[in-house]
Amino acid sequence: MAKHHIETTVNGDAVEFLCDTEETLLDVLRDTLHLTGSKEGCGSGDCGACSVTLDGRLVCSCLVLGCEVGGRRIETIEGMAKGEALHPLQQRFLEHAALQCGICTPGFLVASKALLEMTPDPSEHEIRYWLAGNLCRCTGYDKIVTAVMDAAATMRKG
Amino acid sequence: MPRVVLVGNLAQITGGVAEFQLSATSVKQLFEQLSDLHPALARHLEDGVAVAIDGQIYQDTLLEPIGPNSEVFLLPQIAGGSASGDYSRRRARNPACTK
Amino acid sequence: MTMAETTANGSSQTYIGTRTIRPDGVDKVTGRARFGADFNLPGQLVGRVLRSPHAHARIVSIDASKAEALPGVKAVITRDDFGDQPSEFVPAGEMMMNYKDVVRNVMAREKALYEGHAVAAVAATSVAIARRALKLIDVKYEVLPHVIDVVQAMRPDAPLLHDDLFTAGVEPKPDKPSNIAKRVEITLGDIDAGFKKADVVVEREFKTAPVHQGYIEPHAALASVSEDGSTELWCSTQGHFLVRAHCARLLGLDISKVRVTASEIGGGFGGKTIIYLEPLAMALSRKAKRPVKMVMSREEVFKATGPTSGATVRVKMGATRDGKFVAGFAELKYQAGAFQGSPVQPGVMCAYAPYDIANVKVIGYDVVSNRPKVAAYRAPGAPISEFAVESVVDEIAKKLGLDPIELRMMNAAREGTKAAYGPKFGPIGLEETLNAVKKTEHWNTPLRKWQGRGVASGFWFNIGGETCASLTVNEDGTVSLMAGTPDIGGLRASLAAVAADELGVPYDKVRPIIGDTGSLGFNFLTGGSRSAFSGSMAIVEAAKQIKNDLCARACKLWETKPDQVAFEHGHVKPLGSIAEKFKPMSIADFAKIAGKTGGPIGGVGRINAQGAGPSLGTHLVDLEVDPETGRVTILRYTVAQDAGRALHPAYVEGQFQGGAVQGIGWALNEEYIYGDDGKLQNAGFLDYRMPVASDVPMIDAILVEVANPRHPYGVRGVGETPIVPPLGAIANAMENATGIRFTELPMSPPKVLKALKERGVSAKA
Repeated sequence: MAKHHIETTVNGDAVEFLCDTEETLLDVLRDTLHLTGSKEGCGSGDCGACSVTLDGRLVCSCLVLGCEVGGRRIETIEGMAKGEALHPLQQRFLEHAALQCGICTPGFLVASKALLEMTPDPSEHEIRYWLAGNLCRCTGYDKIVTAVMDAAATMRKG
Repeated sequence: MPRVVLVGNLAQITGGVAEFQLSATSVKQLFEQLSDLHPALARHLEDGVAVAIDGQIYQDTLLEPIGPNSEVFLLPQIAGGSASGDYSRRRARNPACTK
Repeated sequence: MTMAETTANGSSQTYIGTRTIRPDGVDKVTGRARFGADFNLPGQLVGRVLRSPHAHARIVSIDASKAEALPGVKAVITRDDFGDQPSEFVPAGEMMMNYKDVVRNVMAREKALYEGHAVAAVAATSVAIARRALKLIDVKYEVLPHVIDVVQAMRPDAPLLHDDLFTAGVEPKPDKPSNIAKRVEITLGDIDAGFKKADVVVEREFKTAPVHQGYIEPHAALASVSEDGSTELWCSTQGHFLVRAHCARLLGLDISKVRVTASEIGGGFGGKTIIYLEPLAMALSRKAKRPVKMVMSREEVFKATGPTSGATVRVKMGATRDGKFVAGFAELKYQAGAFQGSPVQPGVMCAYAPYDIANVKVIGYDVVSNRPKVAAYRAPGAPISEFAVESVVDEIAKKLGLDPIELRMMNAAREGTKAAYGPKFGPIGLEETLNAVKKTEHWNTPLRKWQGRGVASGFWFNIGGETCASLTVNEDGTVSLMAGTPDIGGLRASLAAVAADELGVPYDKVRPIIGDTGSLGFNFLTGGSRSAFSGSMAIVEAAKQIKNDLCARACKLWETKPDQVAFEHGHVKPLGSIAEKFKPMSIADFAKIAGKTGGPIGGVGRINAQGAGPSLGTHLVDLEVDPETGRVTILRYTVAQDAGRALHPAYVEGQFQGGAVQGIGWALNEEYIYGDDGKLQNAGFLDYRMPVASDVPMIDAILVEVANPRHPYGVRGVGETPIVPPLGAIANAMENATGIRFTELPMSPPKVLKALKERGVSAKA
């Protein structure tokens, strides 16, 4: 079966690639585009480690096919920092020790960024329910939630 | 003389004898003396026991000194010790062990 | 070395105990850090494993010829590609494993012993071809009856897994093989006499299900074997030196031929202390003469990697009416999985460890059954036995009308208490944690209907072990630190702080990395809560060598005697009569003239760290039960635990919080669900339900510090103890909320609802 030729945008850059029908966006990002920041934890959309945004919408890239993203706008963890400046979420995660092994961190950062862009002043409850799609086994979520609340406050100050 | 106590299953190997008075001045000597008295113990001592000398626990140390009035407990190894020493000892015992 | 001596040894106290930013942090928040599956080599092949669909079967024959003939397949391996290993125990995580079993777990030989057991593996040029190749491997099985449950596996008529397994630890020695691998026992005092003294006796039986460590990163390995056997291996592991040893052994290579790099690791919790894919990737690469990359799917992780034991536990305790524990008995039956080696021994030793009881008898059985070989999981064995004991302690408190914290305080082990497993304790902090919890606002907050509060304490030994770490002073005065234990949760930050304080240099001038096996002497794995404890000891040793070296160089430069110089706060200072003659020299000053004064400046700490101190903790939980759905909501959670000395408070708190939430999952939702066919029914995160952010509240962490006198900074390992108290604390809270004593874990909604119905307790009541 011939591969699909896809043209799309990743973190603001125009990219093109070939992929098989059954290849997921996660496979393409990691194996073809060599953007290994998004992780495969389960392959079934349950852990959120593969979180990216597609046209601004938070998705599990393991549940999106590579051949579906032609002409669309993908944003991954690799695009979160701007030059040398870390995004406030990235900075607060470091300051609050909101990561231990770090495998879930890209997913949490992408998901939190999507939340704050939609809801700049979320309650703890809203943060926990929004992030319920991201599994973390190391931290118990406490410092992640604290970091998100702190980043939200920073971003609100502008 | 140091008082030596075997904890747990180790006492089973000695036919129920759990306490000894031995003249050992180091863990190495202690293991040698115990193995002389009860040869079946030797393998267990090599496989791994933790040694508590006057309340301080040591794992995987042959050279630790034992005082004349020390109280020594031999316990099952709490957790894996070092693989390195074990590997070389076992390799030596089983030269024909690999393909 | 005491803390006073450490300070006298010239170290500052600027960074230790503060919340520094971890040096490896930026790479982790930008996606740059490379985990096991993030490595690639040119020309690499994809490796995939064929796994047994049967829980128990004799492997009659394996015909891989059609797979080998498929274009794109470069190598196929089966049991024939691994030499057999003689029976020999080696440390594997915090448990012992037998090489004869290791080689069979890595690739089945005579039998498939669990659904998911590796039977063959292929290396191919693409995933699609690898998958097709697996289907072409013809394995003939003779399906056998299987057994999963531990009590059933112990029956004399149970299906037998190994015909050469005879129960050890029983007299007379049995002449018939059995699934009971071992019987262990510890005794203290006279248990029967103890029970005679008791005014109240409580006896209960408990059951727990197997639970998985649940790391988010599946196992991954990339191996490249050259024609002369030299091997490079990248893998996600808690112990790359052990991976090297085990793989060299299995493949018949000298250890020096194998170089293992530990990738960043996405969680381990004990489950990545043994080998699975690594020897397979090496064997395939050796055959194919190309690099081979292997990554497990989530389903494979659940079906073929070690969870911890499920168990049946009977506890009987006796106390006087004043609340003094006079007798503690327990019988533990732990599943080992397909090969012997459950953590029943530490389970036996920890069961009553938090308490000062004169008469103790604990018996344990290690039992094999047709499920994946059990692997270490955070304080292996202890959460199960201590869950049972803490539940019974709570019942005793109720029967005597005593406050559960007061009852524990009355019986708490302290310095000088003789542990049931042998030695006397040095300084320990159980009482401090009980007091800390008692003082919290949490403890004093009133509760409503269907809400309950529970408390439980917990103990874990912690270990030291062989450690090798180096410090190198670079030409510009910055410092490179190399440790040999994979960093699973912030270790590099703690070690950098220790190095910075020891050498008196700024924290951000120290760059810590985890060295590969070619760069350092042997390091035991990251586990046993040892990496910060042992690593910091090795760094102190390395720093001492540097300080001594710099003082010696200063003596030569200043033409003076050793007692005229001293190292203090990052400088070698001239003393006494020469104090005015020379300026103190910093590390950077020496770095500039290192070559001229003898060569590069550095130190290597090579130790077998002894003196790991136990860490004790007390947890407090408030929960609410929904009587209509059986769902339990954790309202509030407090952890108080003794860290000895917190090198980095935020990462110590992180261990408390992470372990507590794993315990919450274990208590309320997580379990392996098997069908009658012996197959795992919930091999994915949807149905193996771990806590998510909306399941838990903030976890209050109280750091208690009772210094460990055998560590230069007083450090105790902290990583494992936090998973021990939650099971008992939550069961106790459930009893307070519902009036029902749950003795089976998990206390999942269907079980809770069923219990409420049976009691006739309804929402209306």
